[in-house]
Amino acid sequence: MRTPSPLRAAFRQALGEAWAGGAGVLLPIGFFAGAAMLVPFTVGSEASQLSSIGTGILWVALALASLVSMERVFQADLEDGALELWAQEETPLFLVAAAKILAHWIISGLPLVLLTPPIGIALQVDPGALIPAMLAYGLGGLAFFLWGGVAGALAASVARGGLLIALLALPLFVPTAIFGALATVEGPGGPSLLFLAAATLFALAVAPFAASAALRLAVD
Amino acid sequence: MIRAFANPHRFMALSRWLAPACLGVGALLIVWSAWQGLWIVPQDDYQGGDIMRAMFIHVPSAWLAMASYMGLAVTSLVWFVWRHELADMAAKSIAPLGAAYTAMCLATGSIWGKPTWGTWWLWDDARMMSVLVMFFLFLGYMALRAAMETRQKAARAGAILAMVGAVNVPLIKFSVDIWSSIHQDASVLRLDGPAMPPVYLTPLLIGGLGHMVFFAGLTMMLVRAEVWRRRADVLIARKLAGA
Amino acid sequence: MEENAAMSREFLIKATGLGAIKGERILFSDLSLELGRGEAIVLRGINGAGKSTLLRMLGGLSRPDAGTVERTVRHHWIGHRNGLKPHETPRAHLTHWGRVWGSSAEPLAVARKMGVERPFEVAGQLLSAGQKRRTAIGRLLLAERPVWLLDEPFSALDREGRDLVTGLIDAHRASGGGVIAALHGEAPFEASREVQL
Repeated sequence: MRTPSPLRAAFRQALGEAWAGGAGVLLPIGFFAGAAMLVPFTVGSEASQLSSIGTGILWVALALASLVSMERVFQADLEDGALELWAQEETPLFLVAAAKILAHWIISGLPLVLLTPPIGIALQVDPGALIPAMLAYGLGGLAFFLWGGVAGALAASVARGGLLIALLALPLFVPTAIFGALATVEGPGGPSLLFLAAATLFALAVAPFAASAALRLAVD
Repeated sequence: MIRAFANPHRFMALSRWLAPACLGVGALLIVWSAWQGLWIVPQDDYQGGDIMRAMFIHVPSAWLAMASYMGLAVTSLVWFVWRHELADMAAKSIAPLGAAYTAMCLATGSIWGKPTWGTWWLWDDARMMSVLVMFFLFLGYMALRAAMETRQKAARAGAILAMVGAVNVPLIKFSVDIWSSIHQDASVLRLDGPAMPPVYLTPLLIGGLGHMVFFAGLTMMLVRAEVWRRRADVLIARKLAGA
Repeated sequence: MEENAAMSREFLIKATGLGAIKGERILFSDLSLELGRGEAIVLRGINGAGKSTLLRMLGGLSRPDAGTVERTVRHHWIGHRNGLKPHETPRAHLTHWGRVWGSSAEPLAVARKMGVERPFEVAGQLLSAGQKRRTAIGRLLLAERPVWLLDEPFSALDREGRDLVTGLIDAHRASGGGVIAALHGEAPFEASREVQL
């Protein structure tokens, strides 16, 4: 007998699935860049105006792009039957849910964070502020994925649940969006970054339990 | 087998007279408060002239909006822990009422805001923002329930979402407060504190009480309708099984 | 230790007074069953009678609307769905669950036994229904678990596949394991008891 390593296996499988199955890397990136690209067309190309709203646009685009892959994170597991297997394991389901959300964030969420500097520069944001801002975008994106994961788990049994997921998750995004936007304006020294980190920790503490309760419902 | 309707019997007997009584008393109080507010109370220029009379609908609906989300969270928790069917029926019934009161609060606030703030909508006002977020929480709750295939699943999914929303509400409130305190505070309405003379306060409190009693009556009516619906479903299922 | 506990209580899985409601319809009520070592219980009934629902309650996926389920040992689950992902090869699938359970069984050896060594590296979405079923049933060989809960295990299998799975079930029972299977055709193995739903 080797040592069972259910969580590592769950994480690995979710990585593979996020890469090959779900929305992958390219779809959220395309959505993120496309949403940000539309903004100059709608608000005008004036540099001073763009630079004042640029970091905020990135937050909106990040929040929306985080939802792109959410529909498939748990729905795929439900459809192919893997969720039934996980739900009968002794490993707590909330840990499996957390591992899966984390894996999807690494595949679909982190690339968006890496993309914020080039898109920000294109939106006339001060380049010097963009590198430290990546920490805020990373923390905020993780919270978006965690709450999105709860919504995705709740809507896992719903066909074409994408819009429902958005409706459920967006109100939960509010604190993260507020603290995140303030943190990117204040820079790394400000108190808002700490509030943002606290909001993300809160999501980390609550979301996996809520997601696992929702998954038990979906699999029933 | 589970006698799901064992407890509702008592509720049905009680609500049979209590629900209409609440509706009647609530309506009386609301009408009295509206009459006081619209015709009797002196005009107050500081609050924006005659438009401040919207307060007698706006403020009670804000209270009810908050109270109904609390009610949704509590009934959801009760259902989740004890699987008490009535609690789920109450949660299901509160949601559309809460959404309606939330919408009413936003609409009256916006109408009041136009002459006093000079705009229909002011993003800086923390309270309106919090109520707006709550409105979306109600919408999501109703949409999720409607998307589930069976009522048991709707109950479970709804309860999980309501509880997730409830633990988030303090954080949402806090973040919105921080955010609006950084932007300039344009709030003209200072309803809290000793500033309000009793001539306004009395009709306002009576109106608030009236809306609460009326809300309770409406909730009971909807729960009664739900009990009847489930009884009808049982009869249909029995008929199908017998055929 | 798990095994000892099972021995002293003399059952592997026991259900008492189970009831299931779907919507407002009662699927079954007051259903009791007990699975002992070496036994196989077959669940029978028309589509929608509640075979899968009962199996899911036994496995802990669904909460009984009435009654209780006692499980003394761990179990394997072969559901209506295979649990194989579209991009997952038999190798990836068996390796993955082997890791979860700490199995020392060689995925290739299991695949060979199940007759899926040829499509060992082919993604799940390209496998035939029978190959997927065989891969899923291969999970039973990854780890020793006293109870097998099987939902239509012979579906999508050809004659040879049925014989193969029957052989697995017989061997499992001979070594002291128990099986509960929902079936709609003839049972190719000797059932200890049948439960009609």
